[in-house]
Amino acid sequence: MVSAGTPTGACVLIMALLELKNLHVALEDGTEIVKGVDLAVDTNETHAIMGPNGSGKSTLAYALMGHPAYEISEGEILLDGEDMTEMEADERAQKGLFLAFQYPHAVPGVTVTSFLRSAINAIRKAKAGADDPIPIPEFRQELMAAMERLKVPREMASRYLNEGFSGGEKKRVEILQMAMLKPTIAVLDETDSGLDIDALKIVAGGVKELVGPNMGAVVITHYQRILNYIEPDYVHVFVDGRIVEEGGPELAHKLEAEGYEAFMPAVAAGGGE
Amino acid sequence: MMAATPETEIVAGIGNDYKYGFHDEENYVFKSERGLSAEVVAAISERKNEPDWMRKFRLKSLEYFMARPLPEWGGDLSQIDFENIYYYIKPTAEQANTWEDLPADIKNTWDRLGIPEAERKFLAGVGAQYESEVVYHKLQEKLESQGVIFKDMDSGLREHEELVKQYFGTIIPQNDNKFAALNSAVWSGGSFIYVPPGVSIEMPLQAYFRINAENMGQFERTLIIVDEGAYVHYVEGCTAPIYTTDSLHSAVVEIIVKEGGRCRYTTIQNWSTNVYNLVTKRAVAYKDATMEWVDGNLGSKLTMKYPAIWLLGERAHGEVLSIAFANQGQHQDAGGKAVHVAPKTTSTITSKSISKNGGRASYRGLLEVAKGAEGAKSKVVCDALILDEDSRTDTYPYIRIDENNVDIGHEATVSKIGEEQLFYLMSRGLSEAEAAAMIVSGFVEPITKELPLEYAVEMNRLIQLQMEGSVG
Repeated sequence: MVSAGTPTGACVLIMALLELKNLHVALEDGTEIVKGVDLAVDTNETHAIMGPNGSGKSTLAYALMGHPAYEISEGEILLDGEDMTEMEADERAQKGLFLAFQYPHAVPGVTVTSFLRSAINAIRKAKAGADDPIPIPEFRQELMAAMERLKVPREMASRYLNEGFSGGEKKRVEILQMAMLKPTIAVLDETDSGLDIDALKIVAGGVKELVGPNMGAVVITHYQRILNYIEPDYVHVFVDGRIVEEGGPELAHKLEAEGYEAFMPAVAAGGGE
Repeated sequence: MMAATPETEIVAGIGNDYKYGFHDEENYVFKSERGLSAEVVAAISERKNEPDWMRKFRLKSLEYFMARPLPEWGGDLSQIDFENIYYYIKPTAEQANTWEDLPADIKNTWDRLGIPEAERKFLAGVGAQYESEVVYHKLQEKLESQGVIFKDMDSGLREHEELVKQYFGTIIPQNDNKFAALNSAVWSGGSFIYVPPGVSIEMPLQAYFRINAENMGQFERTLIIVDEGAYVHYVEGCTAPIYTTDSLHSAVVEIIVKEGGRCRYTTIQNWSTNVYNLVTKRAVAYKDATMEWVDGNLGSKLTMKYPAIWLLGERAHGEVLSIAFANQGQHQDAGGKAVHVAPKTTSTITSKSISKNGGRASYRGLLEVAKGAEGAKSKVVCDALILDEDSRTDTYPYIRIDENNVDIGHEATVSKIGEEQLFYLMSRGLSEAEAAAMIVSGFVEPITKELPLEYAVEMNRLIQLQMEGSVG
């Protein structure tokens, strides 16, 4: 996007870190789920995407991360100006994108520690263009510090990734991964679901702490609850595959009070359905 | 056809034109002619200066081998050309007992296999099989002072004939099966271990095996006796260079664990993919004894191997942990056997297989509980992971229970690497191949975690190699 002239009169091209342009996402059978989304997210920003069940929020999250079952049928995804629409998930991750899963998968036999080290090394290798493994003492120190901050019990480090984890443990370990992998854009898909209030505070605190000059976040949620702790800068209301309303944090409160029904007719009218 | 050729000419004619992998020039003192006959077997025995009873044992075994048909179950054995195999090659004249004494080319091979490092780290003793005979053995002084015997089988026979005679062929009779009979006829090398009562060897004893001549079978013979209350962990690992024609490896391993003793036998085999690996392994465990087989099968064209444990005394315990990785053109027919003869005996068999690129992994196991083995408990778990549509897995669990008061469990699962699981790992920056390798490593982790660290690392590295370029 091109800005208007600045006071000095220079013309500056301003580009957000993550940009979705008219993004359409379809299932393999052709059913369109995401129907044209524009979104720009920068570091230092927290965006909330709020929508009812079945609105296509998770599909949007998966498509952003490059899930092979979701096809980007139109539009594009840019990260730092680079078109990543055709990239596989690993390449997107290496470029700085992260998705905290709503339902993280178990990987039996692979400890949290060894998984994290492999992932960090994969990203470092991609960045350096050659093997550049993180020194083990440095890794251990970072891991211990991050676990401490996120109140992840030490013994979790040697447990198998997500195997037999409670819902809360899974979500905390997702945030731990985010802290360790240091993405520039983190997408959190319903990270608040299934969390009690204490876990929610810890998870939200972890996200808040990471959002800053090096990271922006997109928090996808059904409920306003987590937003009490994360305080989004922007709220996007997502209904039937589209962003139907945008605003500041006050929009989340309005949603909480009035529900999504208020936006449904607007969709029907505006969308011509 | 080469019967008339003098040994020296045979020796001169080989070993100069290999171009595969690291392959030392062959430097043989004696090499038997191709093919199998009473003359060849007698010549082997004569060369080794064996006692008469062993010569007769070999010749009788040959008769059994000739008389038995090829097994028709398991894998396809029809391509083995028994007439085109060297059954005995002796690489150097003398046994060396220190590293410095070893001939340079053999040392060279082992340097590349990392033996010296391994020894520096934690080996208690190294025995390695080069061609069909162990030529190097080193025992730590501590072991000797404890009365432990760790020899190659040939030396064991020479130096401890009475002990060998007492047990040799008692656990696996020479006519047990066709390949046990073959081994009994032409065996060479392998390890002989005796651990005296109450002696616990903390460091694993290790042996490295390698086939290094085209068309040469390898028929090592191992006998381990763990006396009352003693403990040993024996580890064998194999690497083999690639050959253009089929090779045969047919070992026999017999183990006796006496009252209250414990033995663990760990194998990682990575034969080149033209090798028939047909091995008979059996242990007996007496009262309160424990026997554990840890068995990893990655290489070979066909492996047929079912480590067995006979639980002969009360409360004896047996465990078999096995991993099979069947890649393109490979058939891994592996599993385990537990035979409960005494009351309150327990066993677990855990088998994990991976098949890929059209490879075939079969679990074949036997669980038998004899009448009178009251209170026996056994659990068999076999998990198969199939990486693509072309690959195959089968399960053949044989169960015979003649006792009512028993607790028997059998579980089998077949799984595939899920798209969602792959996506999850890829979303963290791992390539598809890395993600798949990680899932596979995790799948076999219950077994790799039982390996000595060095072997666990090697196992994971081998799995990664197997997984390279596998997914797309």
